[in-house]
Amino acid sequence: MLSLVDLGVITHVEVIEELVHVEMTPTFVGCPAMDIMKQEVIDVLQKNGWTSKVEINFRQPWSSDKISEKGKIALKKFGLAPPPGDAAIIADIDFLEHVPCPRCNSLNTELKNPFGPTLCRSIHYCRSCRETFEQFKPVG
Amino acid sequence: MNNEALKELLYKMADDLLILGHRNSEWTGMGPLLEEDIAFSSMAQDKIGQSLALYQLLHQLGEQEPDTVAFMRHARLFHNCLLTELPNAEYDFSLIRHFLFDTADALRWKSLTQSSYTPLAQLAGKVRGELRYHTLHANTWIKRLGSATDESISRLQQSLNELMPYALGIFEPSPFEEELIKRNIFEGERHLQAQWLLGIESVLNATELRLPDLKSLTPAYGGRVGKHSLHLQPLLDEMSEVFKLDPTAEW
Repeated sequence: MLSLVDLGVITHVEVIEELVHVEMTPTFVGCPAMDIMKQEVIDVLQKNGWTSKVEINFRQPWSSDKISEKGKIALKKFGLAPPPGDAAIIADIDFLEHVPCPRCNSLNTELKNPFGPTLCRSIHYCRSCRETFEQFKPVG
Repeated sequence: MNNEALKELLYKMADDLLILGHRNSEWTGMGPLLEEDIAFSSMAQDKIGQSLALYQLLHQLGEQEPDTVAFMRHARLFHNCLLTELPNAEYDFSLIRHFLFDTADALRWKSLTQSSYTPLAQLAGKVRGELRYHTLHANTWIKRLGSATDESISRLQQSLNELMPYALGIFEPSPFEEELIKRNIFEGERHLQAQWLLGIESVLNATELRLPDLKSLTPAYGGRVGKHSLHLQPLLDEMSEVFKLDPTAEW
């Protein structure tokens, strides 16, 4: 199970006088799922008896380095290749080639498209198990 | 504090992204390859999302709601450069526009990470990483098609010649230029243009394409002050058609 904290989308939580202040940030600025995620945070807190104030901001902008180790394992289990280590030093197309296949771990893979079915995913092909797979894109 | 200078900067950036985002979205279902269809659609989604974030900053500065600003203004109140509003034409034309615009846009956001206006600097820190995928996409295809066949090279060269005056229009001088520089909000269009030129040259030098002689060109200005081509109003009419059926509807 991948939580919004493990995904790095929840950047700050603070309880001030019975009110839960939550700060969230999108993986991509144009992420259309942001409002749904925000509403789910409000709903879950409410179900547990908390009143909340959720703010979306870019104070701590999301980067793929914000995904926790637990989050990376959960992504891989789900069939999505997790982003590689240090997104900040990634500078060229090479960083998208030879992404380890989430199914068979082969490095004999190729980039099919840096743009995928959602803004945060790219499309790859594994020459070993001959399956197409997706990667959660590194963004620095 | 008087925010006219800041608002002008935010409006022209937001309008560029909204209009070019819309043009990119017109490739959805029409791309020459499935991958390109997805790429232009994804870039459309990024750009429209980035424009929304900028309209939200403007809203915090007292401007109207983002939807109202995006869908209810007449063309003469838009500040996008003419480059962004031209119809898509053939793929080579869209690709060259994408390359020329996104090189400038990536440099603009990079410089804005240092802006003294914190909300903009924070947003820039985020957008900058996303734009890498846009410039990566543009540079990859320009390099590939710019040294492929006679047809691909001549098509790109022709579009480059045609679009260069419009690309110079990105950097139309702003009446607030000195103020923005003095207040450390933005480094200014002149400086950006110089950086941009180096950027596009380094990619073009890896191809058979030749940069047109800039001295012989007249920049296509006017967009920043609301003087648009005939192409913008029809785009706005189409973009806002559903919204205008019932502006108060909840989506």
